[in-house]
Amino acid sequence: MKPLKVLLAGNPNVGKSTVFNGLTGLRQHTGNWAGKTVEISQGSYLYKGREYLVQDLPGTYSLDACSWEEQVAREAIEGGEYDCLVVVCDGTCLRRNLILVCQLLAMTRKVVLAVNLLDEADRRGILVDCKRLGQLLGIPAVGMAAGRGQGMDALKETIRMVAEDFLRPRPIQIPGDRKQRVILAEQLASQVIQGQDRGAILQQRWDRLLTGRRTGIPIMLLMLFCLLWLTIAGANVPSEYIWKGVCGLYQILQNAMAELPWWLREPLLDGILLTAGRVIAVMLPPMAIFFPVFTLLEDLGYLPRVAYNLDHAMEACGGCGKMALTMCMGLGCNAVGVTGCRIMDSPRERILGIVTNSLMPCNGRFAALILLLTAFILPGGGNSAQAALGLTGFLLLSVLVTFGVSKLLTCTVLRGMSSTFVLELPPFRKPQVAKTLVRSLIDRTLKVLGRAAVVSIPAGLGLWLLAKVQIGGVSVLVEFGRLLDPVGRLLGLNGIILGAFLLGFPANEIVLPIVVMAVTGVSGIATGTALEQGLLLAGFDWKTALCTAVFFLFHWPCGTTCLTIYRETGSWKWLLFAILLPTAVGTALCLMLHGFFMLL
Amino acid sequence: MEKLMALSELEKGSWAELREFRCSPELQRRLEDLGLIPGNRLRCLFRSPAGSPAAYEIQGAVIALRKRDANRILVEATL
Repeated sequence: MKPLKVLLAGNPNVGKSTVFNGLTGLRQHTGNWAGKTVEISQGSYLYKGREYLVQDLPGTYSLDACSWEEQVAREAIEGGEYDCLVVVCDGTCLRRNLILVCQLLAMTRKVVLAVNLLDEADRRGILVDCKRLGQLLGIPAVGMAAGRGQGMDALKETIRMVAEDFLRPRPIQIPGDRKQRVILAEQLASQVIQGQDRGAILQQRWDRLLTGRRTGIPIMLLMLFCLLWLTIAGANVPSEYIWKGVCGLYQILQNAMAELPWWLREPLLDGILLTAGRVIAVMLPPMAIFFPVFTLLEDLGYLPRVAYNLDHAMEACGGCGKMALTMCMGLGCNAVGVTGCRIMDSPRERILGIVTNSLMPCNGRFAALILLLTAFILPGGGNSAQAALGLTGFLLLSVLVTFGVSKLLTCTVLRGMSSTFVLELPPFRKPQVAKTLVRSLIDRTLKVLGRAAVVSIPAGLGLWLLAKVQIGGVSVLVEFGRLLDPVGRLLGLNGIILGAFLLGFPANEIVLPIVVMAVTGVSGIATGTALEQGLLLAGFDWKTALCTAVFFLFHWPCGTTCLTIYRETGSWKWLLFAILLPTAVGTALCLMLHGFFMLL
Repeated sequence: MEKLMALSELEKGSWAELREFRCSPELQRRLEDLGLIPGNRLRCLFRSPAGSPAAYEIQGAVIALRKRDANRILVEATL
């Protein structure tokens, strides 16, 4: 039998993704802000012997096809290729949510209403009569608290009834005029809601603190600092243990493979194992801490407040207010940030968001920055608080450069007025701490390990070859570095480091391991040389490290991001621009820094 | 009758009734989708560190608007 198709629609931020995850058991990343779902996720589940295919549409306030999200949602609904449309509503904000419901009812009949977040409504003293709402609209309505899994079975059953045509919703007549729909939605809401919203006052008290004139920005910086501090302080010890483990494994395998010919053993151990080991030891622990905590902030609803606090600066730079959100996404992965720029409606602002995204350091660069800070830049290694302060400084530099570059671009190549900006500040929601921590820990860990494997295997092999193949007594890798040395030195780096940046194009994670590989070679010295010691051998001092860190912040985007930029803009010209822009910034800053050091 | 004023001039904490959109049709459409039509009430909740944007309560949701946009939305202060 053909699977039945179910669509999920609704306002942004009403828990559609949570309902989707509840239905399909998939782990679509949820977040408490509008525009989190930029790509349509698909999943399926089995219920009473039938397979159901579920599509999670992006959240929209209407279906007028004016923005990207609305267009996607409208096309899916107008296409009509589905057996049931589930409209997810926020029970705490029905007056607003019912406007979209009314619009949808004018377009289709196969509708089920899911009134979500009833637990939150209950806490805030709002009583919603779902049954009556369903009667008034003429469609089946299910009350839910999807975060706790409440109402999921009832929803599945109702979907089945509608999809299999056992139940035929008879929606009421909907006026075609938008204003009339708003009035209708208000009337409906007032008939099914009882009680006074007690939660709003508390919410506003928090908002006054987090977005206040005097408190907003300092709290934001403090939170960033704490987040980074936690990451650095927590990552040290596991990093060391992982590296020790990798070295142990190396020894064991070295003995076990002693019989194998060198051309098989060396690429496997010295190439792949050591590269992958270095990548994992340095990258995994910070990410395993940073992301769960970041996800908690996201679930709490803090990200829109960041956008709110930064919007004035963004407006002055001619950027879209949503750019603060895509910049935050870039902290995780620039490719994701670039894709996220779809939420911007004006093409001009979207291009601006895309080409400036890689000015924000992604997690692959994060760990390298931490290492450079703790091992070289801070006198005596510093403590984790100082390192966190340094990293906060780097991030602020990134933000400032993004603003400056945006201003420059909107005055020149991307001229124009910033478009109107409407940002919803969703209610703060208590995140499900344990669930979030475990999930994002496992998801991230697997992701990082997977990426390390995908990148490290070819890179490790290639590196081994480059380090092994000799021309006139020096390895190709060293020769390559020597060739680049004049340029590298000019930037305050050296040839090997610059070469590593070039070879690290597939992924930023492997840049520092390449440096170490180039310096220690593939002989016995490589064994057990942790990254810091290797870098020390490469002639790193605090000046080199600072220049390297700045170049890490601003250089060409990695391979994946470049592909994504091309996919999103469809233009070689913009891809080239997106590559040259951060490179130019990094080159300029490094030249200045190097010049400054020369004067000292 | 009270005098009309721009939404951006609405004081923190006070309520007003929407009278007229003088903004771009695009913004008007967005706000209507959020349930803001002439005659509906809204309130200024707080202003950001720089004074723009400011957050308004519209149909039970908190919506932030830039000053430039709020300048072109006419309201009448109510109690």
